[in-house]
Order: sequence, then structure tokens, then C-alpha cells
Amino acid sequence: IREKMWGILRQRGIDGGGLSLRRTRSALVSARSYAAGSKEMTVRDALNSAIDEEMSADPKVFVMGEEVGQYQGAYKITKGLLEKYGPERVYDTPITEAGFTGIGVGAAYAGLKPVVEFMTFNFSMQAIDHIINSAAKSNYMSAGQINVPIVFRGPNGAAAGVGAQHSQCYAAWYASVPGLKVLAPYSAEDARGLLKAAIRDPDPVVFLENELLYGESFPISEEALDSSFCLPIGKAKIEREGKDVTIVTFSKMVGFALKAAEKLAEEGISAEVINLRSIRPLDRETINASVRKTSRLVTVEEGFPQHGVCAEICASVVEESFSYLDAPVERIAGADVPMPYAANLERLALPQVEDIVRAAKRACYRSK
Amino acid sequence: MNNTCIWILAFEGFGREREALEETVLLRYEKSLTYLSFFLLQQHTTFFTLIRYCIFQITQKKKTFASFFSLLSKTKSTAEMALSRLSSRSTTLLQPFATTSLLRRRHISTDTTPITVETSLPFTSHLISPPSRAVETSSQELLSFFRDMALMRRMEIAADSLYKAKLIRGFCHLYDGQEAVAIGMEAAITKRDAIITSYRDHCTFLGRGGGLFEAFSELMGRTTGCSKGKGGSMHFYKKDASFYGGHGIVGAQAPLGCGLAFAQKYSKEEAVSFTLYGDGAANQGQLFEALNIAALWDLPAVLVCENNHYGMGTAEWRSAKSPAYFKRGDYVPGLKVDGMDALAVKQACKFAKEHALKNGPIILEMDTYRYHGHSMSDPGSTYRTRDEISGVRQVRDPIDRVRKLIIAHDIATEKELKDMEKEVRKEVDAAVAQAKESPIPEPSELFSNIYVKGFGAESFGADRKELRATLP
Repeated sequence: IREKMWGILRQRGIDGGGLSLRRTRSALVSARSYAAGSKEMTVRDALNSAIDEEMSADPKVFVMGEEVGQYQGAYKITKGLLEKYGPERVYDTPITEAGFTGIGVGAAYAGLKPVVEFMTFNFSMQAIDHIINSAAKSNYMSAGQINVPIVFRGPNGAAAGVGAQHSQCYAAWYASVPGLKVLAPYSAEDARGLLKAAIRDPDPVVFLENELLYGESFPISEEALDSSFCLPIGKAKIEREGKDVTIVTFSKMVGFALKAAEKLAEEGISAEVINLRSIRPLDRETINASVRKTSRLVTVEEGFPQHGVCAEICASVVEESFSYLDAPVERIAGADVPMPYAANLERLALPQVEDIVRAAKRACYRSK
Repeated sequence: MNNTCIWILAFEGFGREREALEETVLLRYEKSLTYLSFFLLQQHTTFFTLIRYCIFQITQKKKTFASFFSLLSKTKSTAEMALSRLSSRSTTLLQPFATTSLLRRRHISTDTTPITVETSLPFTSHLISPPSRAVETSSQELLSFFRDMALMRRMEIAADSLYKAKLIRGFCHLYDGQEAVAIGMEAAITKRDAIITSYRDHCTFLGRGGGLFEAFSELMGRTTGCSKGKGGSMHFYKKDASFYGGHGIVGAQAPLGCGLAFAQKYSKEEAVSFTLYGDGAANQGQLFEALNIAALWDLPAVLVCENNHYGMGTAEWRSAKSPAYFKRGDYVPGLKVDGMDALAVKQACKFAKEHALKNGPIILEMDTYRYHGHSMSDPGSTYRTRDEISGVRQVRDPIDRVRKLIIAHDIATEKELKDMEKEVRKEVDAAVAQAKESPIPEPSELFSNIYVKGFGAESFGADRKELRATLP
């Protein structure tokens, strides 16, 4: 069956390739002539194209995970990769996280570049010993002899109605470990640039995606579509400039923060929204520079509040920019409860736009 | 003394007929343990003399097993070997040790003409035909076995003293008694084959070409250590010799080793990975997860269970429902090997490498023993008797086995071997002295090697306003 598939694909390539090439050329021409704005891309396609390009550029890159091959990916992120690169580059694993993560780390020890997918990061807990003790700490313990160029990726945080065991955010847990890099994209451009950077990176990277963002479309620049496009690790992005209050967040909450900023603008509060992009290394410089400009901080995350990413950001700002603060730092986080199933309770357990708006107003001493 | 029954069969022949009689030979000592010994006697000792002597010694109840053996050996002529085998509750068969032949006296020889030696025990196998018991070796190899094992033994004993002198801190897991596994394996493979092991890694590091000075420096936390003092006893690595550590988490090395095998297959290297784990780790779930994937994907992985019969302080019969670790792979073939016989280990590893390259994973169970406790904080005698330890040392010691082989094949004299051991001791002492003089790491080393590429990220000491660094 595989041979037949290859035969069909080859045929399509020869006969349809020329045709399709002509088609895309003409499409591009028309795009250039008609479209004033940039193209749009879903986060899903951004991730897929990033993995595809990195696999084609470096033969050491391979993909491993549950359902990544024949099923085309549980969330279709790895769609088409098995057909394009074959079973020697795309591996469907049994449902044994500890085993296949360890195998991925071992392959990375030997110099390969695995991209290990967790169907959600909740399942990474089964393999967390390998992520932390076998991957993160190896370069240090071996004084540079053994580096681990591996990427652990998958959806993180709450989805919709999946309950307590499938909704936890692991950003704080992984970002507390020295030796790991933790990235959390928001837009399609973030997804492409950060994933490409992560795959090229010689250190272990935990790449936290978000299931609800996969289907969202974002405008994407020509530069971001280029196969050599890469975003720097450890640098946050100022999504919206402002001067009254700094809102720092990552992943899906960036979208909420931008909506909150719109609402705040109507009330005359100009909010600066920072998209962290990188949880570890944390871009303390950008955050502190922004707070020194606005004097007020609101941090937002989806995960549990205690010992979270927001807690670290608040501590960092209080330590470094204390005299610049005009108001106490504000934290908006997921509720301090396991995620409930009922829709209304789930809504109460997660930050909403109104929560961010309220916190920003509090920081500006404008609350009732 | 309850449960003591002695049947000693002495006969005057050599050869295959002997094997048929072995099953009936048993010697038991002490309720808690079963020792099986078989004494090959020379022609002039009569059967009845021996029986009378043995019964006398046992009924006296005064002699320990070890001294009983040495008494008995004095009644024999020069070419005599003894074998003792540790077993759990079931009785196992006895097999003869290598036969020896008296050769003309020669000077200490290092030639490579093949000598064939039979392993002490045949291999027990699971789902596969075992390799032959006849192992090809040479004078040069036997002498190198002796020297390298003596070096490893000396290193571990020196580490013991250094730990007691508080120059080594934290954990120190010693390998003495198990040297034959490291040495036999190295003899069968190349430096392109990968090895990964647990925290009991000092001798494996040495076997891969690691230096004594690097090892002692690392143990004492000096910057000249193989991990620049940042790893410690459990984290020795030598990537240029395909030695991937040195892992502190029990069982973690199992999937990691299968990952190394995956990389070897992916890169078409025609090499295999040896993953060493203990009887304690043999029950870990991740091992079976990794085995499943290794078998599915035909990875060139050899999993070696170094069964020293105690997982920390718990005997194997208390922690494994099925202590036949070579069979635990179920669909993966396995081989049980006398881990105190370096030649048997060599044969098994050679066989396993060939198998893994063609057919995928295989399990080797090395029946071995550690003289020290689990680590330096474990005296090692609360869960086993001192008599057991000294008994194994007397009868199964891997270095003594090779020593007797060397003497029997007239490759070197006892004095020459003793001189070699003295030389080894001096070498180890010199390395220790040199390591003691080595510098400790610079404080800036606290922040080095966190990342390969730090992108200018910041890292902090305990007081971040006092101590911080930018990662390059």
C-alpha cells in the first residue's frame, strides 16, 4: 500500500506538479496585485510548515509521538509529514510516554534532533523524569560533553470541557528548571519562528502550544514565510504599545489581553501588552523597561496561581523596579482549583477579558 | 545444623561422563543460602578419604564455608578449581569449571595465539540457542583482563578509603566484585558501540578508556575531573568513547540506551548499544516500555541486567516475582551468563552484538555480586551475611579466576601477577595523590554549561542581588 501511495504521489508530482506550480505562481501574482494586506495562516499550518521545513533542512530531525504519522497527528499538526518523509523520519509510538520520551532523549544524546510530541502536556508528567533529569541537566552534569538538542512539544493548558486531568498548564513547572528552554507561541508568526528556533537549538526546549489557538488565523508576513525565518529565544514581543499599564502574558491570554486593551482604550487607559514568547529564559529586561515606563503591572496566565509564571514576573518587577511602581502588582491567573467540567464553572476557573480589564483598572486606581 | 546434606562425588576421570554425575552433587551450608560446589579432584585422592574428611569438617561445625574450602584444597594437587554458585531458593545445577593442563614453565607471555577456554557454566537461554561455551582468548587478553580488573578493584578500594576520609561526598556506589562484566564487555565490542549504565559507573568509565586521574578528580569534586567536578560519582561520561553515563535515577538509562540504539540504526552506524541496569531496575515499567519499542522497531539494543541479587537492601526474591531476568523480556530473547567469569561475559556480549545488529534487542543477565553495600552509606551486611560475602569472594572472585587461568596456562607466575598488582596499586595511589593536589572549580563554573547557547540569559546565585551571571 505504501508503494502505491508513493507511486500516486510521484505521479501527482510529475503531472500535477507542473500544473500546480503554474497555479500557485498565478495565485501569488494575483495576491501581489490584489491584496494590500499580508497573508493569513492558522497556527496549525504555521507549526506544520515549521516542522516540515526543518525536517527538509536537516536530516537529523525526526518526529516521534502518538498518532503523529498515519493518523496525521491528533491535532493534525504533523499532517502530511509521514507521506513526505517516510516512516524513517516520522514515528508513531505506543502510548508509553516514559518509554518513548526516554528513547527520544537517548537519540538526542547521540546527536539526533528529535521532535517529541505529547498529545497534551498533561501526559508529559509520565515522562517528566526524562525531561528534567535526563535532558535538562545533562549538559551541566557532563560539563558540556552531552548536550540534548530535543524539542518536546504539544498542547498545554485548558481546552474546552476536557476536565481536571486534561487542563493543567505546565509553564511554571518546566520554566523553573535550569537547563530547559520553555517557549509559548501565540500567533502564527510566533509558532513558526519559535518552533524553527527550538528545533535548531542545541538545548532541550519545551514548546507549549495551545489547542484552542490551532485553528485561529493570524496575518503573517512574507519574511515569516521564508524557510530561514527564526525568532530569537528569550525575547518578548510588545504586541501593543501603551503608556498607562503593562499587561504581561503568554499564549492564549495574549489574545484576551489585546481585547482587554481595546476595552481599556475606550475608557482612556492605554495598556501596553507584552507577549512573553519565551517563559525561560524570561525577558526581564523588556518587562522591567515597560514597567518603568508605565509604573503599573498586570500579569496574566491560565495556570494555577501559586508559584506560577505571574508570581515570578511580579517578584522580578518588585525586585528590580520597585521605586518605579505606582501601584501594587496585579496577578490574574487560573482559579486555584482543579478544572471543573461544567461550562459555567470552567468559565469561572479561567481568566476572562473582564478580569484583565478589572485588574488594569485597579492598578490605575480606577476601580469602584 | 539442619538442612545439611553432603554428597560429594569424586572420580578419577575427566571429560563428558562427568557432566552426567554433576546433578547429584550438592553442598549446602547455612539455612539462608545455598551454595553448590563441585570439586574436581586429581587422581590420587581417593573417594573415601575425601568423604571422611568432609564429614569430619562439617560435623565439627567449627569451620566456616570459606575455611572449609581452603582446607579441602590443601589436600589436592596443583591443578584444581572450585566453583561456588549463589542461588535463591531453588537448587541449580553444577557445572564444571575449566579444565587445566600442566604445561611446561614459560616466561611471562604476551602472545596472541588463541587459547580456548571453556566457561565455568553453560549459558541458559530464552527463545534463542545459546552460544558455545568454548571461548577463544589469548595470553595477552588474559593478562590484560587481570591487570584491568586489578586496576578497577584497586580504584574502588581507594574510593572506599577516600569516602571514609570525607574527600568524596554524597553518594559513592562501588563496583568491586562486578569487574568481569565491564572487562568482558569491552573485550567483545568497540568504542563505536555505546554503553550507558547506572550510578555504579566508575569501572565502566575506566573500561571505556577513562583515566584514573579524571575519575578520582571527579570523585573529589576537582576541576580536573571528567565532568569538571560538576557531576560527581554518579555522572561520569566519555562521549568520545561512546560512554553516555552515569545516571542517578534507577531505570532511566533503559529507555535512554534504547534511544542510543535508535540513533545508531537511524544513522546506519552498524553499531550496538549496551544498556546496563541492575536487578533493582529490572522491575521498572519504563524498561518494558523501552523494550517494547526496541522490539517493534528492531533497534540494535543489548540490555544487560547486572544481577548482583540485591536491589539496594532488598534481595531479588523479595522484589521480583520472577527473578529470571533474562526471561522477563517475554518476546525478547535472553541469555543468562556467569557474570564473574570475564570470558563468559565476553562470549555473551559478542553473541549479543551479532544478534542485535541483525535481529533487534536481546537481554543478557549477568549473574554477579558486589562486595560492598549498595553505596558507601550502606554497610552491606544487614541484609546478607558476612559469610556469604566472603564465601563469594573466596570461590567466585573474578580476578582470582583469571589469576588461576593465567597460572594454569603458564602465562605468568603467581609472583609476577603479585608484582603486577603491586604496580597497579602504585598507579592508583599516584593518581589519588595527583587528584588530591588538583584545584577545585572556579566559582564562575557554577553558571557554565547550563545551556549550549544561553543567548545572554541571566542566571542567579542564592542572593540574586549579589551573585548573577549572564549565560553566553
